[in-house]
Amino acid sequence: MWPETNAFFAHLLAGSTSGVGCGKMSSSRSLETTSQPDRHGHFGRYGGMFMPETLMAAQFELIEKYEQTKNDPAFKAELDALLHDYVGRPTPLYFAERWTQQLGGARIYLKREDLLHTGAHKINNALGQILLAKRIGKKRIIAETGAGQHGVATATVCARFGMECVIYMGKVDMERQALNVARMRFLGAEVRSVTAGQMTLKEAVNEALRDWVTNVDTTHYILGSALGAHPFPMMVRDFHRVIGVEARRQVLEKDGRLPDHLVACVGGGSNSIGLFHPFLEDEAVAMTGVEAGGYGIAPEQHAARFQGGRLGVLQGAKTWLLANDDGQINLTHSVSAGLDYPAVGPEHAYLHEKGRVRYTFATDDEALAAFQELSKTEGIIPALESSHALAEVKKLAPSMGKDAILICNLSGRGDKDVAQAARYVFGEELKF
Amino acid sequence: MAETSNRIEIAFSRLKTEGRKAFVAYIAAGDPSLDQTVEIVAALERSGVDIVELGVPFSDPVADGIVNQLAADRALKAGATTRGVIETIKAIRERSQIPIVLFTYLNPIYAYGYEQFHRDAHQAGADGILVLDLPPDEAAENAELKPVAGLNHIQLIAPTTPEDRIPSIAAKAEGFIYYVSRLGVTGARGDIPQGISEQVDRIKQHSEVPVCVGFGISSPEQAAQVAAKADGVVVGSAIVKLIEQHGSDADLPSRVEAFVKPLVHGAKGA
Repeated sequence: MWPETNAFFAHLLAGSTSGVGCGKMSSSRSLETTSQPDRHGHFGRYGGMFMPETLMAAQFELIEKYEQTKNDPAFKAELDALLHDYVGRPTPLYFAERWTQQLGGARIYLKREDLLHTGAHKINNALGQILLAKRIGKKRIIAETGAGQHGVATATVCARFGMECVIYMGKVDMERQALNVARMRFLGAEVRSVTAGQMTLKEAVNEALRDWVTNVDTTHYILGSALGAHPFPMMVRDFHRVIGVEARRQVLEKDGRLPDHLVACVGGGSNSIGLFHPFLEDEAVAMTGVEAGGYGIAPEQHAARFQGGRLGVLQGAKTWLLANDDGQINLTHSVSAGLDYPAVGPEHAYLHEKGRVRYTFATDDEALAAFQELSKTEGIIPALESSHALAEVKKLAPSMGKDAILICNLSGRGDKDVAQAARYVFGEELKF
Repeated sequence: MAETSNRIEIAFSRLKTEGRKAFVAYIAAGDPSLDQTVEIVAALERSGVDIVELGVPFSDPVADGIVNQLAADRALKAGATTRGVIETIKAIRERSQIPIVLFTYLNPIYAYGYEQFHRDAHQAGADGILVLDLPPDEAAENAELKPVAGLNHIQLIAPTTPEDRIPSIAAKAEGFIYYVSRLGVTGARGDIPQGISEQVDRIKQHSEVPVCVGFGISSPEQAAQVAAKADGVVVGSAIVKLIEQHGSDADLPSRVEAFVKPLVHGAKGA
């Protein structure tokens, strides 16, 4: 009925063989099929299930139900219909003509996830997981949020399905994303302020995990990024693969060929893995993930895990993270709450090791400049998270030929960031 | 039990002969300071505690409640490191042979180096380690965390642990099995959960090692109730909370002793 979303499932099925030990198969030819975790969620030496014993049964239940459900035609039909009618898929692949002219290089396409209901890609996953939770029989939903986009998406689907919803959010993030806090409350969610540690996304994940440990019998935890213990990194990715599946089809329709380069920002890494994954086997397609460079690459001034990070285990997964020599997790900084997190999703660590995706960073200043530039050039106010990807487009596009094609995932819209950006750019505190 | 030099195993074999239950006390090492930790362990021993669990501080202790998290934060702020905790065990060993279990998360051990951590902990005089976020399913990591003779790997079983999972955990168990008696994170609770004896019996079908029960015990009455159903009780957050309240008091060790003694008596029925 809707070819785009049906295509989502075709790819989901194609990439669904779990139990393949990807660490043993390193041929880049079959990276898409081998970039699948083994039965405990290992992408090579990354990922896994490093959870307290109390939660292991819930993780295994989730793995089992997800494997059963993802291929169930009734589930697929329900998700497809809601993605189309409620969420607004497919999103356009928009040719940014004026920005392309201004940068004077590659043809720039923006994948318009910012146009989705609730304003960011996060709802693809929130919707998929709540349908799964309904099937498992969980009545209560919890989630963490950084920028508030995943919290809003989760509160939205909870309202839509009449489920109790508790969102954990760091106190600092609640202040810098006050608009999203109000949205969540209007949607009927309870927003719990987290005051531990740095009071941002990492602490919100800790609190959500503690809630889940305590209420696991009744509660499903909708983790918002391709992070944490198995099956979350795989499942969240699968629900976002629709981004790349659509983009691939759309660029083939428009230009008759595959793009030369994909760019997306990487916090936990959900929007980027969603765009990248369906292209992994297309060797000619280069990919760049953009982390938050904050004030610059110095200890505790940024959130770029592949710059000055190390291998470790945090919140369920073995991956690259920012920690000191004693294994204590470092403070992080980014102007963008959604990227302000010390660990990267384990599949990104794997793709980094394989050299399939290049990872770089954009500083706060570069992101804010791109934020303003896209607003003025294309009439699109981007999220500060997505602005990190746009900052990389500014660096890449001019060096590419005019026939080259670059797709940037515009993962969210900037409405939520207006007060924060005004503070930085105009030095003004907005009063609502 | 075969000849052993492991203090945990020696303690349980003595308790078995005496027909008594074990009392395991948890404290966050380094709160309020590593020097004080030495004194607090001495106070615990004077209170009649059989085994001490020393929390090696980690910045993100997801399986712990707020009391233990704040204690870890205080310890880190006071300068505690993994190496510092190991040095502290050496200081404890100068005057005490109380069995010591290091209770922590994987990342600090990973950063230290698995082999080095085992070697140093064992040489300093630790008797066991319990890693909260390393389930037996992580085979590769478990294989790297090779046991060192004399250093027990303590295993944890939860109320949500499925029946068919218990044998594989029990098979790996050394020293004792820590049965987490309720869902949730560490922290004192008012009530005692149901079904503890059934669960303990179930675990004992698959394992020879003693089963100690913890999570949420804070009064002598609770300690007595739980001890009746298991080989030992674990009390943590209630003691950590007392240390939080009196961390800067000169008489902290004697306050700990006065608080823990009735709990021990509760557990041992004395």
